[in-house]
Amino acid sequence: MSVRRLAEEQPESFEFTPENLEWAQQQIAKYPEGRAASAVISLLWRGQEQNDGWVSEPMIRCIGDLLGMPYIRVLEVATFYTMFNLAPRGKYLIQICKTTPCWLRGSDDVTDVVKRKLGVGPGKVTEDGLFSWMEVECLGACCNAPMIQINDDYYEDLDAARTEALLDAFARGETPAPGSQTGRRSSEPVGGLTSLTGSAGQTGGES
Amino acid sequence: MLQDKDRIFTNLYGFDDWGLEGARRRGDWDGTKALLERGRETIVEEIKQSGLRGRGGAGFPTGLKWSFMPMESDGRPHYLVVNADESEPGTCKDREIMRNDPHKLVEGCLVAGFAMGAHAAYIYVRGEFILERNRLQAAVDQAYEAGLLGPNACSSGWAMDVYVHHGAGAYICGEETALLESLEGKKGQPRLKPPFPANMGLYGCPTTVNNVESIAVAPTILRRGASWFTGFGRQGNAGTKIFCISGHVNNPCNVEEEMSIPLRELIEKHAGGVRGGWDNLLAVIPGGSSVPMIPKSICDDVLMDFDALKDVKSGLGTAAVIVMDKSTDLIKAVARLAAFYKHESCGQCTPCREGTGWMWRVMERFVTGDADVAEIDMLLEVTTQIEGHTICALGDAAAWPIQGLIRHFRGVIEERIAGKRGQIAAE
Repeated sequence: MSVRRLAEEQPESFEFTPENLEWAQQQIAKYPEGRAASAVISLLWRGQEQNDGWVSEPMIRCIGDLLGMPYIRVLEVATFYTMFNLAPRGKYLIQICKTTPCWLRGSDDVTDVVKRKLGVGPGKVTEDGLFSWMEVECLGACCNAPMIQINDDYYEDLDAARTEALLDAFARGETPAPGSQTGRRSSEPVGGLTSLTGSAGQTGGES
Repeated sequence: MLQDKDRIFTNLYGFDDWGLEGARRRGDWDGTKALLERGRETIVEEIKQSGLRGRGGAGFPTGLKWSFMPMESDGRPHYLVVNADESEPGTCKDREIMRNDPHKLVEGCLVAGFAMGAHAAYIYVRGEFILERNRLQAAVDQAYEAGLLGPNACSSGWAMDVYVHHGAGAYICGEETALLESLEGKKGQPRLKPPFPANMGLYGCPTTVNNVESIAVAPTILRRGASWFTGFGRQGNAGTKIFCISGHVNNPCNVEEEMSIPLRELIEKHAGGVRGGWDNLLAVIPGGSSVPMIPKSICDDVLMDFDALKDVKSGLGTAAVIVMDKSTDLIKAVARLAAFYKHESCGQCTPCREGTGWMWRVMERFVTGDADVAEIDMLLEVTTQIEGHTICALGDAAAWPIQGLIRHFRGVIEERIAGKRGQIAAE
């Protein structure tokens, strides 16, 4: 468990854009009548996206009103689930997986590069507003370790040099192609397929 | 070794089209209507006969689980919930199913949902899997458009809706009742059982929660027959399985293999062998972080199935094989897992909430050797006070890696402590 609290400085208000409000109604419709609370995670998620990547206190009230939930219940959800950022973050949020499978393959090297390049502690935003980083638990891409998540995307098969190149690219305003940074398709063994050999090189796949 | 013709996940690596067209080419959605026409009981019976055991970690017989759902509805709807909250360290198989072969899962939802009298299925995808969630949603949309889902799914007369739902970063939501709480819009804290989900699950209605892989293999089992599936693996451990091989191997990979394959064969055939050769192996965690590690001497000839690994006091779990060579600081590897469980404890039960932090702090001192030898037994004793004393299995899962370390590598910890003592004395 970790203690997670809302940021001290909060905006005055929050409202969903009309498009997001319509989207929210579609989410609510996925659940039976009277079960609108089921949509709380997806609404907080969309709210976070709209709000530059963090969940604010007025947003919690707004979603509570929309779903007919007491504010405290929405607050509980926002503080329980660690993907909700409770304070402003950089334009690019770097989540470094440091659990044992990634650690075995060098996540410490990746972390060192991120720390050195960004020069700020975890959860802090770089001066240019571009980056913040945090250590996270297993992201479930262990056969492509070590890896990090930057905003929505996984960047896999890293080492110090490849991590450095990634951060440089983001700093230049580019968005490098996600996935393996060594050219693997997904989690197949490098150096030749040992199964599904008939499917190799088939066309029609798109990522 | 399993042949490609007997592999279920023929697009595991995503070389082919993930979409409906590609899926149909690979044999999905082929005669689904006829599968449903066999009737609920026949389907459940066939899955029972196939010996399929849950692929999410616990290995509970899937057909038996399905049979717990009431045959007749008492007016409450039935639900199928698919656990796609894949977060067990070492495990990355459901991700490949969702992004590369999603129609296997979507078709499985229809077949399994029908077999349990459910008209709605919710797939709970872990929050971080954003691409996978979008891909799965796209596959669901394709299925609706083609009439494979909806009010008359596959022209079978059965109404089936499949909804993609997502979490937001909580390992505990992989526990089935925590998942249901989360799906209802609450904190993911496990429920006391009984009542079991089959009687009172989602929204208080009969519910079955199954892992992605368990559901995704069901249509193929029904098409090819239970006896085909039981042709792989030893008695009681039937079928094929996706193994995730990570850590100190030359070529980490996911691969679908026959159950009961020897661990050494699995690593050497598919993952290019242990880094530095088999003799450089120190230990393996064979089923995801929650199962105890086994030393090389056991790895030499152990089989990868539920019973063989149970016999050596470990487990198949999710079949996530984490390989550690002789360069590994095993104490640190387990201390890092202890940090994981401390972070992921939901805080509901005192032994787990307090115990995971306590165990982690002791493990961190073991890493530096800053401890007393008597503390090894004390730590072992504390693990047994957490294990079995909590609502869900997270407490057990936090205790087992430490127990495995002490069982097989007590000497390493003692040496570390003695080394530190010697260092202090020399100063």
